[in-house]
Amino acid sequence: MSDPQPPRGDAPGTDHDADVAIEEPGALAPGAAPSPVTTATPAPTAGEVEPPSRWHTMLRQISTGNAIISVLSVVLALLVGAIMIAFTDERVQAASGYFFARPGDTFIAIWESVSGAYSALFQGSVYNFRRDTFAAGIRPLTETLTFATPLIAGGLGVGLAFRVGMFNIGGRGQMLIAASVAGWIGFAVDLPMGLHMLVALVGGLLGGALWAGIAGLLKARTGAHEVIVTIMLNYVAFYLVSWMLRTPGLLQAPGSSNPKTPAMKETAIFPLLLGQQYNLHFGFILVIAATILVWWILSRSSLGFKFRAVGENPNAARVAGINVSSMYVYAMLIAGALLGLAGVSQVLGTVTTGFTAGIDAGIGFDAITVALLGRSTPWGIFIAGILFGAFKAGGFSMQAAEGVPVEIVLVVQSLIVLFIAAPPLVRTIFRLPDPKAGPKRPRPIVTKEVDAK
Amino acid sequence: MKLELRGITKRFGSLVANDHIDLTVEAGEIHCLLGENGAGKSTLMNVLYGLYQADDGEVLLDDEVMHFAGPGDAMAAGIGMVHQHFMLIPVFTVAENVMLGHEATKAGGILDLATARARVREISDRFGFDVDPDALVDDLPVGVQQRVEIIKALSHDARVLVFDEPTAVLTPQETDELMQIMRQLKESGTSIVFITHKLREVREVADRITVIRLGKVVGEASPTASNVELAALMVGRAVELTVHKEEPKIGEAALVVEGLSVIDHIGQLVVNDVSFTVRKGEILAVAGVQGNGQTELTEALVGLQPRVQGSIKLDGVELTTSNVRKILDAGVGFIPEDRNEDGLVGEFSIAENLMLDRSNGAPFVKAGNVQRGFLAEFARDRVKEFDVRTQGIDEKVGRLSGGNQQKVVLARELSRDLSLFVAAQPTRGVDVGSIEFIHKRIVATRDAGVPVVVVSTELDEVAALADRIMVMYRGRIVGIVPGDTPRDVLGLMMAGEAPAEGAAA
Repeated sequence: MSDPQPPRGDAPGTDHDADVAIEEPGALAPGAAPSPVTTATPAPTAGEVEPPSRWHTMLRQISTGNAIISVLSVVLALLVGAIMIAFTDERVQAASGYFFARPGDTFIAIWESVSGAYSALFQGSVYNFRRDTFAAGIRPLTETLTFATPLIAGGLGVGLAFRVGMFNIGGRGQMLIAASVAGWIGFAVDLPMGLHMLVALVGGLLGGALWAGIAGLLKARTGAHEVIVTIMLNYVAFYLVSWMLRTPGLLQAPGSSNPKTPAMKETAIFPLLLGQQYNLHFGFILVIAATILVWWILSRSSLGFKFRAVGENPNAARVAGINVSSMYVYAMLIAGALLGLAGVSQVLGTVTTGFTAGIDAGIGFDAITVALLGRSTPWGIFIAGILFGAFKAGGFSMQAAEGVPVEIVLVVQSLIVLFIAAPPLVRTIFRLPDPKAGPKRPRPIVTKEVDAK
Repeated sequence: MKLELRGITKRFGSLVANDHIDLTVEAGEIHCLLGENGAGKSTLMNVLYGLYQADDGEVLLDDEVMHFAGPGDAMAAGIGMVHQHFMLIPVFTVAENVMLGHEATKAGGILDLATARARVREISDRFGFDVDPDALVDDLPVGVQQRVEIIKALSHDARVLVFDEPTAVLTPQETDELMQIMRQLKESGTSIVFITHKLREVREVADRITVIRLGKVVGEASPTASNVELAALMVGRAVELTVHKEEPKIGEAALVVEGLSVIDHIGQLVVNDVSFTVRKGEILAVAGVQGNGQTELTEALVGLQPRVQGSIKLDGVELTTSNVRKILDAGVGFIPEDRNEDGLVGEFSIAENLMLDRSNGAPFVKAGNVQRGFLAEFARDRVKEFDVRTQGIDEKVGRLSGGNQQKVVLARELSRDLSLFVAAQPTRGVDVGSIEFIHKRIVATRDAGVPVVVVSTELDEVAALADRIMVMYRGRIVGIVPGDTPRDVLGLMMAGEAPAEGAAA
């Protein structure tokens, strides 16, 4: 992985390359016009310099860049998870009791427990081989996508704010407010099919956007730190929603004393994508659209250009005439809307029978993890969200099938983030080159020469 | 004490910062280490001071091989360093700073300040430094703070003193005083290594000169060598040190500043009732020691200062009530003083940085979309035109050298139709070769009929560019004088003394 350039770069051979190879013998055989050939050959070979270098930079980016660290962090976390699975397994404990008499038993027990647990995880999240039909076997994958839906939406919200230099810890509050608005429209308002869903969706997005916008506005106007503001707004939102859930006439279901809303009306619910036997709903389509939208904003639009400039260097952005304050507000509005999408997809898609104050299910915080694992890039977040959705879906079946505590999955999730946060550790374990010691112009001149006057 | 470096080699990854450098400094000698930014001077001194471990080679003091694991060892062996950025704690007194790291204590762990004070007085008297041991460092002028650094080094019985770019923060007068101190130290037998890239100082004080380029010793020179010879050694080719410029074709007044005051974020009056005019086709150079209000003045011109009184009119339009965006759109080009902090986004590519202050509309943005094709073409043209040495327009600006970074800023600002060009410290931390280029472009901008304001703390630069010179001291204008005003007059003005009558322009 350290120096993959020459053999790899040459091997693929572009179309250009092929042309030359065919032309040359053909032209040489008649021997009639050697001169055009000799003049023709250098030109393509000169152009040939580019593809390998592009290959080279790409491979270097992957090996020294961030993506590979993410993948290796997952691998490492799964390895550590395997150790814990083995340790907590009763059969392993029993076999290790007579380890010195028959060590083989211990290793067999370890293998059985680890492979059993991870294959249960796989079967619970991707494809269940024990089902007869494909339709039944593929159900776990749809469950994974269902779980991933709010995680991706939330991850995009957190990741977008990251890119603008803000830590949006207020996912929970933004989800709760969005869920409440969308939920209230969903059960209390009568509208025709389709329109009802649309109004509830837009209402929820606006709710999340405005709730996050408070934090953005406070940061822009008063310099209040968004971390503190968003955390505090989580509490405000939680107790506000809890109160509304206990108050008849607001969110509480009529004739009930539980802090729970009535079920959503049929007209507002997200349609199921694959029919009744799967839970995957329209929210997943919305999340794909949101991912594309965020990708466009960040890498193609002028708004995203300003976002990134503010995120990387707010001083330079200000000097360049970019209104830094309003960028903070816009970014929080969009981030809040994305977390709002997570909340809306919970109440209109996943839990349509009415919700409680626990509807966010910790997704607001998991979204931070997803954004980190996805390196705050839209498609990275998309993949990370699906991975975490798989953990959620598979974790339960792992516990059911193999008796592995579901907490192990949470530990693995936490370890992933821990490893991501410590790239040098991962690089050392896998002996990856340090990007800072790259072949190009590094920055070793750490002394004052750089900023010497 | 005689200092000898033999075959010092220091690598960072594949970059060789020091390549078999040999250097001998005799006792009682001032040895100049001359080289451009990034030539490897500071790396070499950090090796000497024990901050880096050399990959190869050895350090000898009085013909004895030394092994320094850290600065503590180097200090114990008699090497002292005066850093460019002072390593002093502002809220401590002089005596406390001097004893820091070697605190003598009385019984019960109580600091023995009396001894430290006596030590400061003794050294201070010996060299006529006039430093009060009980003064807070924060309250002292920069030049005196530097003397505290020297006292600190001497108090550890340093016999070899390294001055790392010591004059960057000093007024010309303070610089002269420092030279005097260096000569005194030399008389007392101390060996001095003087690191700089300012040719004038080198010739004034050095006994011997070693020139380093790209990590290698490229030659020795005597102080009698001319500036041109030294510069050519430093850069590796002949360099034009003076900017050739035609007589200015001065037009009507364009920038009119009247009664401008700026209050900074902690409520201090940093620019105090300043009035001046810049006409089309002339360069007004603002001279002064760092921190006398020049920074805030330029920022006020571009709308970056929130608390501004008075009036700034450009072609008759008031700018003080405007915002940065509108001022840039009105055709004001701006090179900020600190390009890494304010001028560039290090993680952005060259291309992205070239459109940084034009992200609002055509030609770079249409219907909210960044016009990537146009941008790439534009970036390639600018990279070629401004001779930015790079692997390509997608390279991150943070990976470029200082000079190339500055060319990116320059390219961005000069690629618009300008009605005013403001350049703050346009060549700070820039190599000699790029300085030449940047100066030419600034003069070309002037010749195109644009009013230009250049802020510089380097008198060489001021003298090279200015049609008129405005000197600032403590937020006020000391005077505005012709471009050919002699150095010593400017030096006095930079220290706050108004020019003799009749010199005003």
